[in-house]
Amino acid sequence: MTNPNGYESLPNAIINGASGPTVSCRINGSEVELPDGTTILDAARLLRLEIPTLCKHADLDPTAACGLCIVKVEGTHKMPRACCTPVEEGMEITTHNAEIMDVRRTVVELILSKHPTDCLTCGRNQNCELQTVASDFGIRQAVMPNIAHDLDRDSSSQALTLDPARCITCGRCVHICQDIQNVHALCFLDRGYGTRIAPAGVSLGESPCVRCGQCSAHCPTGAIFEFDETRDVWEYLMTPEYHAVVQIAPSVRVAIGEAFGLAPGTNLTGKLYAVLRRLGFDAVFDTNFGADVTILEEASEFIQRFLHGRGELPLITSCCPSWVDFMEKFHGDMIDHFSTCKSPHEIVGVLTKTYYADKMGIDPSRIRCVSVMPCTAKKWEIKRHESMSASGFQDVDVSITTRELARMIKQAGISFLDLEEEECDPVLGDYTGAGTIFGVTGGVMEAALRTAADLITGETMEQLEYNTVRGLDGVKEAGVEIAGRQVRVAVAHGLGHVETVLNRIREAREAGDEPPYHFVEVMACPGGCVGGGGQPYGVTNEVRMARARGLYSDDARRTVRKSHENPHVQMLYKDFLKEPLSAKAHQLLHTRYQARLTYTR
Amino acid sequence: MADVIMVPDISRTVQKWRKKRGSLIMALHEVQNRYGYVPRNVSLQLAQLMDVPLARIYEVVTFYNYFNLEPPGRNNVAVCLGTACYLKGAPEVFDAHKKALGLEDGGTTGDGEFHLQSVRCVGCCGLAPVVVMNGQTVSKVRPEGVRDLIARCRKEA
Repeated sequence: MTNPNGYESLPNAIINGASGPTVSCRINGSEVELPDGTTILDAARLLRLEIPTLCKHADLDPTAACGLCIVKVEGTHKMPRACCTPVEEGMEITTHNAEIMDVRRTVVELILSKHPTDCLTCGRNQNCELQTVASDFGIRQAVMPNIAHDLDRDSSSQALTLDPARCITCGRCVHICQDIQNVHALCFLDRGYGTRIAPAGVSLGESPCVRCGQCSAHCPTGAIFEFDETRDVWEYLMTPEYHAVVQIAPSVRVAIGEAFGLAPGTNLTGKLYAVLRRLGFDAVFDTNFGADVTILEEASEFIQRFLHGRGELPLITSCCPSWVDFMEKFHGDMIDHFSTCKSPHEIVGVLTKTYYADKMGIDPSRIRCVSVMPCTAKKWEIKRHESMSASGFQDVDVSITTRELARMIKQAGISFLDLEEEECDPVLGDYTGAGTIFGVTGGVMEAALRTAADLITGETMEQLEYNTVRGLDGVKEAGVEIAGRQVRVAVAHGLGHVETVLNRIREAREAGDEPPYHFVEVMACPGGCVGGGGQPYGVTNEVRMARARGLYSDDARRTVRKSHENPHVQMLYKDFLKEPLSAKAHQLLHTRYQARLTYTR
Repeated sequence: MADVIMVPDISRTVQKWRKKRGSLIMALHEVQNRYGYVPRNVSLQLAQLMDVPLARIYEVVTFYNYFNLEPPGRNNVAVCLGTACYLKGAPEVFDAHKKALGLEDGGTTGDGEFHLQSVRCVGCCGLAPVVVMNGQTVSKVRPEGVRDLIARCRKEA
């Protein structure tokens, strides 16, 4: 686990050198000059001094909730919290000494006195920030009586498990859910010792939760974690009658290495194929292939709407299940704008139980499809609508997260990193550079533009990279010229950024104006799937960027970088689907949407 | 629980507070005063009318003791657990109430007849242990007399 408050997460002003006003202060005796407004916590990090904290996360504003980051400032008897105290001119700060460490140890003991002690059966065992701090402080016995609450677990969302007894009320999940994602499923209920995290009077499954899992990715303890479904996968692998098929999402390949000590962004595609075969899967496919098919359908949908006026503009992407859930719950008026095309893993799922089953002569009722996703919402998506069983069976049987697969590999005792790289199975496996960048914000847009440009002009365009839709800005807008016509696009990631884009569309619609965009991509998680809620712990923007670079270099290395040039996709259309948006394609590869209640009771 | 329809006058009051920063608590006071608690379906309407997430409403309602999420019983039983009453056997009196009514602290019976809560010192320690039943102070209560007390209350109602 990388530290979520890593050194790389210094404010830009510090990294780039201060340009505005500065203040001088002394930290542990060293004179430093820092940009005005720098917190003591960030200032200490600049000096490579790690002040422990359990509530501050690089993605979030400080809340001073945990009390662990206290420091001493000369001339005052108080111990201010470093996360929310800015340095001042002439301040003399001590970050570590025996007295401070003693106070911090007491803070840890107080937190532990309200925390269950059964770490062995916790979802975050050996991967817990509280456990790490307790270990660092050498806590060997409970000095205070334990008053942990006996609160029920909530797995009703079938995507995440809420274990409120393990909550240290740091507030990260509430902050993420309310302020960054704008969902407001989680809140703090009651007060004082009784404070707990929960939805407003209902279970998580009955709440507005869109299952993005960002709460679980930011929780420092085991209070929220992915709904574990690895037992189902083991059962598929143990049952000889089953033909077990697996697929991996784009962003899994550049993140799973972190669970084995590798740097974020390390591309392990070949080793993943190898390890999945060792686990016992009968066929190993790649969701990137499904992404290429998604692009053919979605780019064709776009051309229908853009050139022929058949359907609403802008066209809005729908491959992110949390975004679909969010739209159905909060923005039902946008249904007609949504691409009806299924997400890539659903496409691989339905094609496995139809096209692949036909081709190989396997009875589809014997096939069990597993998808490995960076995502907790995919666990819900596989059952969200009857069209997710277009093959006549549930198309994807189980969806597990990157974290779950990492655990399965460890259980199986496979020396993952030492494996020789292998190829995936060709039928639904070979992918293009366009398919692999689906895992990063802007990637679906870029992949679609590569194909749409060729299909509209009827030529092979040279432009491959659309840099204006790359990067971590919350909303990216760009104009792209295709065949002499301006295509206006917008890309948003992190659900809190979506409203701006949607409101612009609504304003134009109400005023009877041209739509502000022709094509819009939305990903629920900040950074897109590379920052997904099911990815290895410790995400920061630096980690997101490193994973994104891993995917962009995978793209750059590919000889085929446009979805419609994928020879296996071409074969699929020639032999089976006929053409994009054909009747068969509609039957198997498209879905429908419905407005949903935010609270079911 | 029967649906509680938001009556027009509350709806108008809510509109009055809409868009005024920090006014959620004022609107909630009006709801609490009108119904004796904050009914869930009124909360849901309030969220919509005031453009406030339901989560925020629940954060406020569960933070302040003044608000209740459960309807008050037709009979309110408050058992004093203040120091004097405590020493004079209030815990046993409270347990007897819990047993007789099948309730925990703060609970309401399924038929809505009784609401049980513990309170701290009601200011007549000389009469300890004290129970306040529908605003009437009952003095020197014995655990074995609790069933009669409740039966009498049920008859009167």
